[in-house]
Amino acid sequence: MAEYKLLTKDIGVEGLQTLPVYERRGGYQALRAALRDRTPDEIVEQVKISGLRGRGGAGFPTGTKWSFLPRDVFPRYLCINADESEPGCFKDRYLIDENPHQLIEGIVIAAYALQVKHAFLYIRGEYHDQRLLLERCVEEARAAGYIGERILGSDFGCDVIVHGGAGAYICGEETALIDSLEGFRGQPRLKPPFPAVKGLYGKPTVVNNVETLSNLPHILSRGGEWFKAIGTERSTGTRVWCCSGHIERPGCYEMELGRPIRELFEEHCGGMWRGRSLKAFQPGGGSMQVLLPDHLDLPLDMDAVMRAGSSLGAGAMMFMDETTCLVNVSMRLVDFYHHESCGKCAPCREGTYFESQLMHRLEAGVATLDELDTLKDICANMDGKCFCPLGDTATWFVMSAYRHFRHEFEAHCGAGGCPVAREHRPLPAGAAR
Amino acid sequence: MMLAARTRAEIEHTRRRYPHPRSAIMPSLWAVQHELGWLPPEAMAEVAELLGLAPSEVQAVATFYSMYFKRPPGRHHILVCVNAACALRGADETAAHIEQRLGCPSGTTTADGMFTWESTIECLGGCGGAPMMQVDHHFEEHLTPERIDAILARVAAQPADHRDWPPARVPNPPASTTPPPPTAEGPPSAGAAG
Ligand SMILES: Cc1cc2nc3c(=O)[nH]c(=O)nc-3n(C[C@H](O)[C@H](O)[C@H](O)COP(=O)(O)O)c2cc1C
Ligand code: FES
Repeated sequence: MAEYKLLTKDIGVEGLQTLPVYERRGGYQALRAALRDRTPDEIVEQVKISGLRGRGGAGFPTGTKWSFLPRDVFPRYLCINADESEPGCFKDRYLIDENPHQLIEGIVIAAYALQVKHAFLYIRGEYHDQRLLLERCVEEARAAGYIGERILGSDFGCDVIVHGGAGAYICGEETALIDSLEGFRGQPRLKPPFPAVKGLYGKPTVVNNVETLSNLPHILSRGGEWFKAIGTERSTGTRVWCCSGHIERPGCYEMELGRPIRELFEEHCGGMWRGRSLKAFQPGGGSMQVLLPDHLDLPLDMDAVMRAGSSLGAGAMMFMDETTCLVNVSMRLVDFYHHESCGKCAPCREGTYFESQLMHRLEAGVATLDELDTLKDICANMDGKCFCPLGDTATWFVMSAYRHFRHEFEAHCGAGGCPVAREHRPLPAGAAR
Repeated sequence: MMLAARTRAEIEHTRRRYPHPRSAIMPSLWAVQHELGWLPPEAMAEVAELLGLAPSEVQAVATFYSMYFKRPPGRHHILVCVNAACALRGADETAAHIEQRLGCPSGTTTADGMFTWESTIECLGGCGGAPMMQVDHHFEEHLTPERIDAILARVAAQPADHRDWPPARVPNPPASTTPPPPTAEGPPSAGAAG
């Protein structure tokens, strides 16, 4: 298998964030060719052939999503999801920081394929420097005729508007993003109607992730068939993996789909730090279920990881060494969902509160064994019963950790402290125990 | 009227970029916060007037999002991530060091009004450089006690010009040269509570 680098191929080239350097590396040629040689429908067809699936978490086929737009209803909108707030994910920030024009080219290609005149790029508030960078790049692209009226002499015109969020994980959910963009408190909306039918300002809308759109210049310049040959049959292309935790070299690494997780872990991440051993890892991001060292031999393939009981989600990989307390990690993730619950539906709003209270008691070693049943009960009353996936996913990691590390959860009960920390972090000599 | 003419002009400009003026609430609140450092109720009322909306509509937005300040913060703002990936690499120790240096608990401002700091369970998208923090919106990664001290000293010497974010910054070391985590000995892992 050949080693493929697409989105990160040019990263490291001095000045890639500026238009002249990006153009010198072949940038905006795919857009130019698309506008000159292809109809919008042909582009949708190429994206369908490519097998590209969304990189925002759900992995929905991009071309199929695009073809859900009702014909002849205008205006339509494109929203670019740069809200990236999933714990453990930092690839969108990396792609923006390192290759912003690749994203903008992808946006304009998508806008042309979908016949959209206004594309809104929703970027999380914490990515302030990234927002300023994108605003600068949009103006650069506008001055060069890649954005605005009659792009590159064609009949097609489109504007890109960068919109800053202000600290709300839920605004990454597509309907909450639309709500926020319309100027409301960002809370999810009932689906159906799906955004493709009734989205921003009640009009047909496509929401796509930063990494998804960054793939388009590559698909368009070499063709859908070429792209389809990379990766596996149902997981095509590459993905940018966000690797964190107890590894030698945390960071973003692009790798072809279908290769073993072990290769990512050993070759790119440099394995465990300090010569320690791997206890568990979490693929996909804070929402996803924990996996064990045996799972390192799974391929980076959405369906295979799904069959193993987890998901590749938004491309995170968080590795934990033998000193890690799974109760503590679960507590933090539960705290996150409690903090970020938007308050719209009761199972999530109340459930994450009780979950968080209980996890703190457990980690402090003051919970009883009975309370573990309560925890299971709370989670069972949330999963599948919340208005949007935020509440469901608030239970996934903790429940999977409980299944795989039940002894560790039980050992916390009545222990008067965290037994894992006690074992691995001996008190200084002379200190009372 | 409490907003500067240029902020009002920016809000007018923003309003025209969207199909509906309501969409301009968030960028307008950012413009206000960049001018004043926070969102006083009178300024929110002024935004509402400029956008032709009710003050309650603007307040509803301001109170939903955690990054809008409803009270005046210190001159500089520090946000320390304590979510899982950062915790694995010593975020609790980082937060403790900052608390000790600044002498005030998370969520408060130093007596001289120089720093407001808080630890946050929100992942800030810097897990690859954990432990990390944001200072006046800038990423500061691969933190060690020495790096934190140097950053605090540097930032304290800078003016608090909200408009001119970002100020000049010292680049982070490349990811491949990850410096040792804050506690040189012993395993800082997520099991910090014991
Ligand atoms: C709670 C929640 C948070 C989400 N956060 C993000 C996010 O930060 N970025 C993102 O691209 N998608 C996020 N999604 C997925 C979006 O709803 C949507 O599926 C995605 O943006 C579609 O883009 P794609 O098809 O290109 O992947 C989130 C979903 C949920 C339920
Ligand atoms: S967990 Fe701290 S930045 Fe992601």
